[in-house]
Amino acid sequence: MASATPAHGADGVAAAPAPVSDVELERRAYRRRQQYKSVAVSMVSTVVLALVIVVGLQLSPGWPHVRETFFSGEYFAKAFPEVLDGLWLNIRVLAVAVVGVAVFGTLIAMVRTSRSPIMFPLRALAALYTTVMRGIPMIVILYLIGFGIPGLQIVKGRIDPAILGTIAVIMGYSAYVAEVLRAGFDDVHPSQRASARSLGLTAGQTTRMIVIPQALRKVAPALMNDFISMQKDVGLISVLGAVDAVRAAQIEVASSYNFTPYVVASLLFILMSVPFILLNDWYSARLRKRELSGGTV
Amino acid sequence: MSGVTTDTKAAAKAALAGGATDGGRPVLRLNGVRKSFNGVEVLKGISFDVNRHEVVALLGPSGSGKSTLMKCVNLLEQVDDGQIWLGDTDITDPRADQDRIRARIGVVFQQFNLFPHMTVLKNVTLAARKVHHWPKDKADARALELLDRIGMRAKAGAYPDQLSGGQQQRVAIARALMTDPELLLLDEITSALDPMLVGEVLTMVAELKEQGTTILMATHEMGFAHDAADRVVLLRGGVIAENGTPREVMDESQDPATREFFSHFRG
Repeated sequence: MASATPAHGADGVAAAPAPVSDVELERRAYRRRQQYKSVAVSMVSTVVLALVIVVGLQLSPGWPHVRETFFSGEYFAKAFPEVLDGLWLNIRVLAVAVVGVAVFGTLIAMVRTSRSPIMFPLRALAALYTTVMRGIPMIVILYLIGFGIPGLQIVKGRIDPAILGTIAVIMGYSAYVAEVLRAGFDDVHPSQRASARSLGLTAGQTTRMIVIPQALRKVAPALMNDFISMQKDVGLISVLGAVDAVRAAQIEVASSYNFTPYVVASLLFILMSVPFILLNDWYSARLRKRELSGGTV
Repeated sequence: MSGVTTDTKAAAKAALAGGATDGGRPVLRLNGVRKSFNGVEVLKGISFDVNRHEVVALLGPSGSGKSTLMKCVNLLEQVDDGQIWLGDTDITDPRADQDRIRARIGVVFQQFNLFPHMTVLKNVTLAARKVHHWPKDKADARALELLDRIGMRAKAGAYPDQLSGGQQQRVAIARALMTDPELLLLDEITSALDPMLVGEVLTMVAELKEQGTTILMATHEMGFAHDAADRVVLLRGGVIAENGTPREVMDESQDPATREFFSHFRG
């Protein structure tokens, strides 16, 4: 096969650096000037917007009172250690919930996309589950699990509300994640499945080796988004009485009627989510770039 | 290259001699194959054979049923009537093990062939490892030999989207050949390629023919079908309009519709 050497076609072109023409130099200078101009414009517009907000707040009659109630330095310092302590519980709940949602969500998605007749009852059940769970407000799911499971009295004694809260978060979020994954499975081009089956791979092997890995790449941004959303929703376990960041803040508020502790909790939740938001943005951008350059995944 | 060709030819001859039990049975036999979609009959009783070491080109205008026919042979579609035999196996029998039958046929599609999340080497070795349960050493050695033959050994670790369309399609052919299938199905494998890459893929198919591979190919490359095919089957409106040597069908047919069809490709 003389015609097909590795260095075929355009790959083999040796590029010698050519001197830059005056026209190109002029173009580069112009582009640079344009860039300076747009930076200057964006800076001015940012300053103007900031001024509008600051002046607007200062002019509103209740501002001094709001500032004292929500942004008090004194209460901030006082609440911070307690709330941070509570956040540690949120982080642990989140870690367990992520694993739980990954397993349970994948199972539901696989059942939902299965074709075999024996799976029919499970398939119907999974469809019902995702429909119902996505319809119920998260806080109601927490109440149902948090007060319903202990009510069954299967376990003697008190169940830690953090555990019940974790179960509720897993059950709620699995429904969302399952639907995202299912969309991913359906999004893998049918010819990939055909290609795999034509090699003799079984349906199960095709799902495991061809469909799932590609689906995960496709829906990664959506999954990350669900993760970020779950990150703040673990704060809802406080309604069951678990002393997490939100509950810790609530305790502080109750003794002082100053709402700054809630701002502390919000700030901590934001800080926790920023790395993942940045990661998600970076990954989505990379994915888009690859797709634009002709890659399929 | 010539050494490999001779080896393979010898092997093919040996296989032919050893296969006396098949009594010269065709590799593929279609008998009265029918297929409808939503009440529209796409295939209206197709019967023809593909013999060992034969290259058969399936031609016909778009919508003539070429793709459907290829899908039926590959069990991606179920026939409504008629039979398809692969050697001694009736592959339209619902009791037949479909996965095993598919493993006996190598298929290359028009596009979206390779698995984008796997390297070239992994793509080529996948079926050998997971379906035929070859040990990794054996699969890798065979794959590298195949890749070497198509000048793609240096790209074994690359991902499909780092290759040109022609390179991808050659890798797809190597993947289909990995486990020595009885029949190679090529479904319009050059339709998605630019003219230069078409040549590169067709050169490879011509070499496979030299080596005695049995091929059924649906194609729009009339020049190539004329030069490389042993036989041409022309589909029109779901029936076989012509079945003969390229010369008989493409140059000497007296049928006005056939002459009209090929007139678009001359000059």
